Amino acid sequence: MALDSAYLEYPRRGRGYDHDLYEWSALHERPPVRWPGGLSVAVWLCVSLEWFPIVPGGPFAAPGHMQTAYPDFRHYTARDYGNRVGAWRFLDAFAAAGVKASFATNAAIAERYPELVAAVIAGGHELVAHSTDMNGTIDSSLIREAEGALIGEAMARIEAASGVRPTGWLSIARQQSWHTADLLKEHGLTFCCDWVNDELPYRFGNGLINLPLNHELSDRQIIATQQKSAESWAESMRDAFHWLAGEGKAQGGAGRMLPIHLTPYIMGLPYRIGALEGLLADLAARPEAWFATGAEIVAAWQAQEQARG
Amino acid sequence: MQEGAPDPGLYDYHPYNARPPLRWPGGKTVAVWVAPNLEYYEIDPPAHPKRKAWPTLHPSVVGFSHRDHSNRVSHWRMAEVMTKHGFPGSVSLSVALCQHHPEVVEDARQRGWEFFSHGIYNTRYAYEMSEEQERAIIEDSIRTVREATGQRIRGWLAPALTHTPRTLDLLAEYDFTYTCDLYHDDQVQEVKVARGRLASIPYSLEVNDHYGFFVYNMSGREYADALICQFERLAAEGERSGTVMCIPLHAYLIGQPHRIGPFAEALRHIAADGRAWIARAGEIVDYWRAETGGQG
Repeated sequence: MALDSAYLEYPRRGRGYDHDLYEWSALHERPPVRWPGGLSVAVWLCVSLEWFPIVPGGPFAAPGHMQTAYPDFRHYTARDYGNRVGAWRFLDAFAAAGVKASFATNAAIAERYPELVAAVIAGGHELVAHSTDMNGTIDSSLIREAEGALIGEAMARIEAASGVRPTGWLSIARQQSWHTADLLKEHGLTFCCDWVNDELPYRFGNGLINLPLNHELSDRQIIATQQKSAESWAESMRDAFHWLAGEGKAQGGAGRMLPIHLTPYIMGLPYRIGALEGLLADLAARPEAWFATGAEIVAAWQAQEQARG
Repeated sequence: MQEGAPDPGLYDYHPYNARPPLRWPGGKTVAVWVAPNLEYYEIDPPAHPKRKAWPTLHPSVVGFSHRDHSNRVSHWRMAEVMTKHGFPGSVSLSVALCQHHPEVVEDARQRGWEFFSHGIYNTRYAYEMSEEQERAIIEDSIRTVREATGQRIRGWLAPALTHTPRTLDLLAEYDFTYTCDLYHDDQVQEVKVARGRLASIPYSLEVNDHYGFFVYNMSGREYADALICQFERLAAEGERSGTVMCIPLHAYLIGQPHRIGPFAEALRHIAADGRAWIARAGEIVDYWRAETGGQG
């Protein structure tokens, strides 16, 4: 018994990564980032607005997609609850705390629920592009042309329905192909949120910026996957903020970022929303907190990158 | 091991209530070692007939980039907390990290950490390797770590916990001191090998941070509490015969901002208790062998 001899060959075993997408860099060795007003922790709320067709499709099944035999009324409606009710609770909670958020929005949401997207925009929040609908997943089974068409369609439909052309992109399940970074750049996007390897923005080799949206801190991961309570989730967010503020202080006010990824049909339930409201009130009262949209964080980071030359 | 036999013949049965007395240096009752896994996962590894490297088509963006967090951000966060509380690391090393990100390996070396091999990459599995192939990864590991750190590795944790029937015999043949691959005990134990000798040091897979967070779904605080409970019990039982507690870690998990604070508190608790001999894996096995002659 033996493995193919190629299994013990390592053609990319060398300095840096075994890919050419972005270069290695250690966060603690970079010039410190400063956020506006000298605040040390950028709190980035990112809400996913998702419409799941009751007929699944696309390269892979998005997290939260239909699970039973057709017709899966249970999951179709439980997900749509987020768009009808949960997201509105979020908007009220953000207004009460006086904070701005990003809304990663399927094009189908902008078309189907214009009242919701209008309220998001009127609230001063950001639209981030989030594909066409929850069948609009991307992976390496898509040929480049098909993926480019999907991204182009999503951008065009979001812009047509909302009047806004987002500068950021979140892939469904954060999954990309080998071409995604180049295709996002070709479609004029400034940043994506898919790679969870860092805690500050950084640039891909092609110029696209990655704004890491930590999946470990998401309500999906902690509540839906790890089955923790909403209060346990909020406690983890407070612990994270406390740690990041301490790191920032230890480095003379260096900027850190706390991404909080929210799902209306998860955190927007009646028995959970209070935990989010309590968390927002606490964080908004912290003197280190800068609540900002993804585009605002990227802009602040870019300005310093340019100033350094 | 006895290939094909129902009992693989890895060790003799030693009832827990009949162990010879053993006190760790300074009269301590529990030897505590921390095992950070410093790993490199390839983004596009070749297929193995028995195991898929990633759950999606490549690139598996979340899987790869989550682990990459260790090598950009959280290794240093985790290491600083360990150093602050006086815990050296015994590193489970994907040895190709010496080529990809020597900065991480050098940081660990400068902190006085010990290295053992966790294979070439955590995306290359040993199942179905020929003897010649398995010798190749062992010799590669010894050579790579020696060139990068000056250390001759003495321990092994198989890449992604993948083995062959001859793994343990080969480790003994290459003069390894310990394996972290067997989870049958809370004390160092002798492993049955064809020639020479090899010790098994408890690696405590059940309190591995990966198990804590993704098998038992603990919060950061619950995991820290579990470590303290584990420590309290092993420190108490070590009055009869010295026990071993391992804290196996991955920076991309324990070094997340919501988990590192409670973890730091657990280390502070263990260091302040006074019953812990905080040591590296090789020292623990050497002391056990010198004190018990391998009869522990």
